[in-house]
Amino acid sequence: MIIRMRVQKIGKLIYSSSLIILAISHLNLSLNAQRNSCIECHKELEDKLLAPVETFKMDIHQQFGISCSDCHGGNPSEEDIDLAKDKTFKGTPKRSRIPEFCASCHSDSSYMRRFNPNLRVDQLDIYWTSKHGQLLKKGDTRVALCTDCHAAHGIQAATHPKSWTFPWNIPETCSRCHSDKDYMEDYKISTTQWDEYKESVHARALFEKKDLSAPVCNDCHGNHGASPPEVTSIAFVCRQCHPSAGELFSQSPHKKAFDEMELSECGACHGNHKILPPSDEMLGTGEKAVCIQCHESDSKPYQVASQIKDKLDAFIEKINHANYLLEQADRQGVEISGPKFKLVEANTALILARNLTHSFSLTEIEEKIEEGEKVVVEVIRAGEAALREAEFRKTGLIIATCFIFLLSIAIFLKIKQITKKAPNESR
Amino acid sequence: MKKLLQNIYSYLDSRFMLSGLMEFAKKKKVPEHKHSFWYYFGGICLFLFILQVLTGILLLLYYTPSVDAAHESIKYIMSQVKFGWLIRSVHSWSANILIGAIFIHMFSAFFLKAYRPPRELTWITGFFLLLIFLAFGFSGYLLPWNELSFFATQVGTDIAGTIPLIGKHIKTFILGGPEVSGATISRFFWLHIGILPLLTVIILGIHVLLVQVLGMSKPIGIPESEVKEVPFFPNFILKDSLGWMIILALIGVLCVFFPWETGQKADPFAATPLGIKPEWYFTFMFTTLKIVPSHIFSVEGEVLAIFAFIIGGILLMLVPFLDRNAAKERRSPVFSLIGWIVVLYILVMTALTYLLP
Amino acid sequence: MNRRKFIDFFLGGSLVGTIIAFLYPTIRYILPTKQTEPVVKKITAAKVGELAPNTSKIFKFGTSPGILIFTPDGELKAFSGICTHLTCTVIYESDTGTILCPCHNGRFDLNGNVISGPPPTPLEPYNVEISGEDIIVSKKS
Repeated sequence: MIIRMRVQKIGKLIYSSSLIILAISHLNLSLNAQRNSCIECHKELEDKLLAPVETFKMDIHQQFGISCSDCHGGNPSEEDIDLAKDKTFKGTPKRSRIPEFCASCHSDSSYMRRFNPNLRVDQLDIYWTSKHGQLLKKGDTRVALCTDCHAAHGIQAATHPKSWTFPWNIPETCSRCHSDKDYMEDYKISTTQWDEYKESVHARALFEKKDLSAPVCNDCHGNHGASPPEVTSIAFVCRQCHPSAGELFSQSPHKKAFDEMELSECGACHGNHKILPPSDEMLGTGEKAVCIQCHESDSKPYQVASQIKDKLDAFIEKINHANYLLEQADRQGVEISGPKFKLVEANTALILARNLTHSFSLTEIEEKIEEGEKVVVEVIRAGEAALREAEFRKTGLIIATCFIFLLSIAIFLKIKQITKKAPNESR
Repeated sequence: MKKLLQNIYSYLDSRFMLSGLMEFAKKKKVPEHKHSFWYYFGGICLFLFILQVLTGILLLLYYTPSVDAAHESIKYIMSQVKFGWLIRSVHSWSANILIGAIFIHMFSAFFLKAYRPPRELTWITGFFLLLIFLAFGFSGYLLPWNELSFFATQVGTDIAGTIPLIGKHIKTFILGGPEVSGATISRFFWLHIGILPLLTVIILGIHVLLVQVLGMSKPIGIPESEVKEVPFFPNFILKDSLGWMIILALIGVLCVFFPWETGQKADPFAATPLGIKPEWYFTFMFTTLKIVPSHIFSVEGEVLAIFAFIIGGILLMLVPFLDRNAAKERRSPVFSLIGWIVVLYILVMTALTYLLP
Repeated sequence: MNRRKFIDFFLGGSLVGTIIAFLYPTIRYILPTKQTEPVVKKITAAKVGELAPNTSKIFKFGTSPGILIFTPDGELKAFSGICTHLTCTVIYESDTGTILCPCHNGRFDLNGNVISGPPPTPLEPYNVEISGEDIIVSKKS
């Protein structure tokens, strides 16, 4: 019986201690599963070594469960620094190796498929075709690489408004280098692009009207394959958003001429970064006209330019006249909302006619203007009718007031007559 | 011609017993003295009211009281209907002139103490007519369903809603729902062309009847030597109509040179534009509510002000019973002074509305 | 004619004149006008058989353009013709069976939904009914 009790006691001891051991090792394991010694150490450090801990909190990789060791290697479950920085530890990659560093995952389609099947995996290949990539291959590490545009630790999806690659942040991202005169000194390219772009109609659409469809640097230059477009393909690039102007230009005699002279197709007249809303003064043969940059005053094109401008000016004159009439009528209280809206049709015809200047064809422009003129003539007629109505109202008022006036006089005379007849009638 | 008229008269006389009426009318006299100019304003109010009824009936031909068509029907009247611009502008201008005339008529009766016995009921019915016509103005203003009218109605009913306990129910009843909507147009239209005209006919009928039976009140203390009596028919009526002609001509000029605007169609989802105000005849109350401090002795300032207006209105209605001196045909300078203070207050508050930013 | 009679005539005459001056606008007012109804909610956009399959027509709806399309499947569809990007007038592209805005290449499908390009919201669709010979387009309530 004592033996049995002893065996029972020992059994209990073994049982409870194994429970305890199991619990401790379980705890240890779970602690290890959550432990990230990288973060634990680095958050005690300062400046450059502390920064990743802060920025990584918002990183998109972190949201997918990817952490320090997945890129930098090492063993984050080990508290001891030498054990943590084991064989697999890669540390900070060399600057010239960063593209391949990122591409080790981002070019692996079976790996990327686990996280986002839609994401492209050819960024590295495209990067090597870009100006940046080409220069990097030749050993220039001052060019832009992945981390310069996407940041190193606080990377966000390009669809996130705080991302460095979200449309309205892109110009600043690119201009960090490209507007820095000292930094760009050796590359012999302009550093005024961001300043010029800021004044453009595209910048106004993007920053003021928040129109995300407005183009930024990468829309014309490409993002990973960034390069300036070739002179002969500029019209194709602009055409992505401006299809009809681009098509008209490409079919016009100007395309061949510009390409031969190595002139920037759209840019020769509209500029490349500082693209302003075009004005009618760019047409014709005046001071600010772009046509006279090439065409001599005795040439046929010069005459055509002048005729186009004259036709447009006459049409605009008519529209202004119609507007003036409607405004006059409106001021006199006549309802003109119907004709006013009709004028919008004429304005549409004007926009289309101005667009047709890219074809440089006088006949096409004349046709469109004629369409518009039919509408304007109608509006002018309505405006004149409205003004006649205003006159009619005034005339009617004068007639009615005359009658009232006569009636008032008649009443007054009658009153006088009656009071004279029976003066001072008392109670 | 004269014979024809005589024949018609005798035909009607034998059927309507007109001769009694004609005798009364011939005998009716109106006192003429240095303050009798103010007598004309009652007739002016009546004339403008009839003008409103006529133009209103014409507008009814083309107006549609629904959210989808109210504004469009006004635009249609202003642009497509022949003389629609005239009928509509007359209606809008006359409404404003009418309310101005009502205020002048009321205050002139007040200062001339015309409310004293036996004319207490004339005064009380007149008070109710004031309320009825303010309601006409408020309900009619919404009907074109443009931005200004939508938000002015919203602001106005919000103020009604601040009355403690019953405010919310009053506001829901007025609006036909929790906010300004199609139900509100229907309800305001119902008020504007149904209920209010019916009430007006009854109460105005009593008011005019009393004036006819009791005659015009003479101001206290005017010596008999300074009073002349003239027959109502035809002398006073002719002078009345002269005044009406002048007003008609004035309205004509206003309509041709300052036609009433159609405005932008109301958008219930748009934000309230800054500086929205009710029509000018409500602005003195509106500005009072804006200026009043937010709390007075732990009571909300606005609520206190609304109560002050309600009590002020009740006192105004009961003035024939409060002014003991006037009842005894004695001068009553205290009440005149109170009256002037009220007039000054209304003028200053109205002016402030337009002068303050 | 003595003075009294003259005054009476004058009074009567000017009274009649004034009444006519007021009656004339009133009578013109109550006579029906050309456009009999204030709101353009319905319009006859085209006649039956006017459109061939896979073609379209731009029509005036009130004061703005609308587009009526006879789809390749034989359905008649109508939309507001104003592009929701920058208000240019859209066109129907028969080879792609889509509605295109030529200004910035915005594209809509035959339900009015945006399929590519910058427009932020779909085209407003209209109701189409056939009444006898007429194709009637009206706003969806």
